[in-house]
Amino acid sequence: MSLDLLTAVTIFVLSLLVGVEVISKVPATLHTPLMSGANSIHGVVLVGAMAIAATAHDTLGYVLAFFAVAFGAMNVVGGYVVTDRMLHMFRGSRKQG
Amino acid sequence: MDTAIQYVLLAAAACFVLGLRLMNHPATARRGNLLSAGAMGVAVVATGVVIARHATITVTGWAVLFAGLATGSVAGLYAARSVRMTAMPQLVSLFNAVGGGAAALLAVSDLIGAHAVPVRVGVPASIDIAIGAVTFTGSLLAAGKLQGLVSGAPIVFPGARLVNVVIAALTLGSGVWLAARPDNTVALVLLVVGALAFGVTMVLPIGGADMPVVISLLNAFTGTAVAMAGFVLGQTILIIAGALVGASGAILTKLMADAMNRSIANIIIGGFGTADDAASAEGGAQGTVRSGSADDVAIQLAYANKVIVVPGYGLAAAQAQHEMAGLAQLLTGHGVEVTYAVHPVAGRMPGHMNVLLAEANVPYPQLIEMEEANGEFARADVALVVGANDVTNPAARRSGNPISGMPILDVDHARSVVVIKRSLGHGYAGLDNELYTDPKTTMYFADAKQGLAALTAAVRTFVG
Repeated sequence: MSLDLLTAVTIFVLSLLVGVEVISKVPATLHTPLMSGANSIHGVVLVGAMAIAATAHDTLGYVLAFFAVAFGAMNVVGGYVVTDRMLHMFRGSRKQG
Repeated sequence: MDTAIQYVLLAAAACFVLGLRLMNHPATARRGNLLSAGAMGVAVVATGVVIARHATITVTGWAVLFAGLATGSVAGLYAARSVRMTAMPQLVSLFNAVGGGAAALLAVSDLIGAHAVPVRVGVPASIDIAIGAVTFTGSLLAAGKLQGLVSGAPIVFPGARLVNVVIAALTLGSGVWLAARPDNTVALVLLVVGALAFGVTMVLPIGGADMPVVISLLNAFTGTAVAMAGFVLGQTILIIAGALVGASGAILTKLMADAMNRSIANIIIGGFGTADDAASAEGGAQGTVRSGSADDVAIQLAYANKVIVVPGYGLAAAQAQHEMAGLAQLLTGHGVEVTYAVHPVAGRMPGHMNVLLAEANVPYPQLIEMEEANGEFARADVALVVGANDVTNPAARRSGNPISGMPILDVDHARSVVVIKRSLGHGYAGLDNELYTDPKTTMYFADAKQGLAALTAAVRTFVG
């Protein structure tokens, strides 16, 4: 995949601004689930790890790819599941209140 | 076909943003998370399709891919399902570690055996490895501290700062070297080792009270490392998602640091309370402390009009949030107005206490934030402090001690104060709490869980 540097930097900067904009007004109550949710999003590193596994062709490459994929998958699955568990509780408390 | 996949990945990235946006409100938060999770699933499948179509992957590669996916998913699922809500900060920290570690591995793997790597890859690869490796060891250590595997107190040894500076310089130097010569293996190894070591020496001197800020900061680090990995691999979705998390983590870090009235640099450079160890040691028990029984406290609570509960980490550690909610419900039923004053850094990560109280089904409108609560204390008959320490210490209003200037809950403005605590022990700041020797304070020495259960029983006999 080719991506010219200027385009990549543009995407990076604009995404930073979006991140700032989206988070700024969150109530303190939701900080933990929000951080946990953002935490699962960086699990997208799994996509990169899969690409590494696809190009690996020696032992060192396989070992690195295995750990990268395993780490990424743990980040994704664990992150989303635990965030959902937390948010489920918030919904329960709202019903009563 | 490949272009179509690129559009699918772009849509997934857009869903991450929307998901995060939906998480701004309790009512839509769960949907936001599910949207984000769904987008992630689509991105993974789409990437799998690309890999299969290009057919450059070896059979061993497929085996490695699936073995990694299975191992990681099972580990993540198990951890997420079994974790107690009190241990949430450790888990988030652990996921930060693996995310950062994976991002660093991507760049390492990309550079190994590569020839004539252009600077536009070398620079982000170098940043990625540095930040990713620092996050990996730093987050693991932070999780260890929170779990109690490593002492939560700031660990400082003679010359620690010098060691820190040397390792930082080594990391920075080898990072620049690697950026300039991306195919140099010595530079690569030096950078990895230096950054891993720096992660340890960076977190080691930071005390438990500052952990919410550290976790938040490491979350931002991981996001940045992932974005850099996106530059290295030329994958837009990594750049977008990484920058998104990097920015949001940075904002949360800033909010946390503001809530403690400290700069981020101050937290990273100086351990909490490390400079004042001598001062706190000589403090001892000066002034008299009045202690009361469950019955004494129950009378106070039962005949109050307004009670403000100040929950702290001790409540969480004792898993007493359900007992707390039970007592509050009993009092509310008896016509007592009960609210919870939640300090922004109560618990061990931002907003942690809110999660714990939500777990115990505490009605949402009863939770009030610090500024609102401080206006209310003067009208409260009883302030019930359960397992909170430093955030209630009036000493913070004076200068010259480790918590000076830290925003606190003005518990001492209430007409009377009840503190449930196991002993007169110190909080993370290692300071005596002047609240405990205040004449209007009653100390009820008990474990939060048993103490609250005993109180509930005692109140029931009065209001029965």
